[in-house]
Amino acid sequence: MTDYLRYLLKRFGQFAFVVFIGVNLAYVITHATPIDPVEQSIAAVTSFGNTSPDAIADMRSSLQELYGLKGGQVAQYAAFWGRVVRGDFGPSLSAFPTPVSSLILRAMPWTIGLLVTSTLIAWVIGNLLGGLAGYYHHNRGLKALGVIAMGLHPVPYYIIALMLLIVFGFVWPVLPISGGAAMNLQPEWSWAFVSSVIRHSTLPALSLILIGLGGWFLGTRSLVSNVITEDYVSYAEIAGVDNGRILISYVMRNALAPQLTGLAMSLGGIFNGAVITEKVFGYPGMGSLLVDAVYAGDYGLVLGVTTVSIVGVSLAVFIIDLLYPLIDPRVQVR
Amino acid sequence: MWGIVKDLIKYNSEFRIGATLILVVLTIAGLSLVSPYPANVTYVVAPDVPPSRAHWFGTTSRGQDVFWQLTFAIRNTLVFGILVAGLSRLLSLAIGLVAGYRGGWVDRVLMSINDTFIVIPLFPVLILFYFVLRDRMSTALLALIMACLGWAYDARLIRSVAMSIKSREFTETSIFSGMTTREILMQEHLPYVMPIVFSTTMNNMNWSIGLEVTLAVLGFMDIDTPTIGSMIYWANQHTAIVAGIWWWIAFPVGLVVMTFVGLFLLAVSMNEYIDPRSRLARMGGGVR
Repeated sequence: MTDYLRYLLKRFGQFAFVVFIGVNLAYVITHATPIDPVEQSIAAVTSFGNTSPDAIADMRSSLQELYGLKGGQVAQYAAFWGRVVRGDFGPSLSAFPTPVSSLILRAMPWTIGLLVTSTLIAWVIGNLLGGLAGYYHHNRGLKALGVIAMGLHPVPYYIIALMLLIVFGFVWPVLPISGGAAMNLQPEWSWAFVSSVIRHSTLPALSLILIGLGGWFLGTRSLVSNVITEDYVSYAEIAGVDNGRILISYVMRNALAPQLTGLAMSLGGIFNGAVITEKVFGYPGMGSLLVDAVYAGDYGLVLGVTTVSIVGVSLAVFIIDLLYPLIDPRVQVR
Repeated sequence: MWGIVKDLIKYNSEFRIGATLILVVLTIAGLSLVSPYPANVTYVVAPDVPPSRAHWFGTTSRGQDVFWQLTFAIRNTLVFGILVAGLSRLLSLAIGLVAGYRGGWVDRVLMSINDTFIVIPLFPVLILFYFVLRDRMSTALLALIMACLGWAYDARLIRSVAMSIKSREFTETSIFSGMTTREILMQEHLPYVMPIVFSTTMNNMNWSIGLEVTLAVLGFMDIDTPTIGSMIYWANQHTAIVAGIWWWIAFPVGLVVMTFVGLFLLAVSMNEYIDPRSRLARMGGGVR
């Protein structure tokens, strides 16, 4: 147990380090650039009609306070961390005076729901089929599946999402292509609302699954085709252990451990994909929020979504790391 | 070198298909040099003409010939991908080799930073960059930023190879013969990781082109330079699909998918070539 505790502490240290670097990255990007968000906001507000110089001065000082740009570098840096820790990124400019944090909280369940569901489906199905394809490597159907996976895997999320949008929105319009649920429904635990959410998330989820599936399929297939040449597999075959058991307990379990690490490592990329997919399908999650915030020039919201997504993704990676010893018990010994 | 290519053509169907696709893409990119129309001028041909003899891929609503526009777009997109891949290769080579060779605390520190860059979702970070830079965000600057963000995964791969060759005899021999760390890494270890560098270059190009397309489509880039992404951006702006101008979307998407699949297949075939077990299996020998 102490070994597990040591492993846990080590992973937690890495998690804290990722958050530290990520938040610093956000700070440096926003503070080391020649463009001043305060002046930009003032320019945006004063572009219509006349504003008195006094009012502009007032606005400037309150905006500086709002963005944490008051005081010296050290004070600004401390204030930035204070905001991150409190989760307070000030009010949103594009949805004034709603706080950024409540906009993010509203969008988060959509993104988490979409991401968790589609990632799980893609990971489970991809690994399962990949394992079968590696184990029964002469099967025609599984070989054909491999060719499809090779064609789908390298295509970026945007292109797949665009293709699905064209096919299901234009050529054969059977599924809703925009929004998270039908406009006229209240968010509640009713069949009408839940089924509408599922219908609306089918296409975004499908595009995430199609891309993810190929990668897991190809990865597991090559891992499994390496594992089946190991001596202990040949021994089990000679000893007459039945095929299903060899596949599940001898082959798959050994192939799954690196795939779980792979999941942790590619989570950032999957999140990137979700951001894009959400925008394409007008899904009301963090991705749409981020892109719309850029269009609206909403500094606090962009910074808030970026910081929250860095922390969120590294937290998810940390959770996967904690599950790792369940699949590969050797980790505890190390 | 030529012998390797001949072997690959003979025994590896992924390499054959991938190389063919990339050759087609490169030819189209090369044709940009003889384009009858300049790259950035709009309304030089009749708008919205479907594919025909005169305009093979039709024309856009902005009065540009889709085929010739595409030659510029794919050239710029490829150059962007090569730029990012080349720059990030330098970083991942330097960090991977040093971390693998030195080991100890140097390795731990470098790999902690490395893992951080693997975990952090880069797309929001890139959007944040665009948000603060706005119009100053040029293609070259974006390439530099992406190279600084996209080295981590491959550095880990190179480190694992560097660790294994560190314990070989020739490394000890070079230490005893008085070579400096820099000389050992550059002259002795670099040749061993070059095959991996080639195959990761392809994957890194795919990654960077994918992000470039996505950023441009959202309008978060210099959209006046013709790239695959900016072509799709303008097609979306003119609602090409709804207006029935399908050729404006279909050809750029088709060509960029060809590029992705081609580069990916080349990377896969090179990985298989590096791994002697699968190479033997392909040539009809070895285990299974």
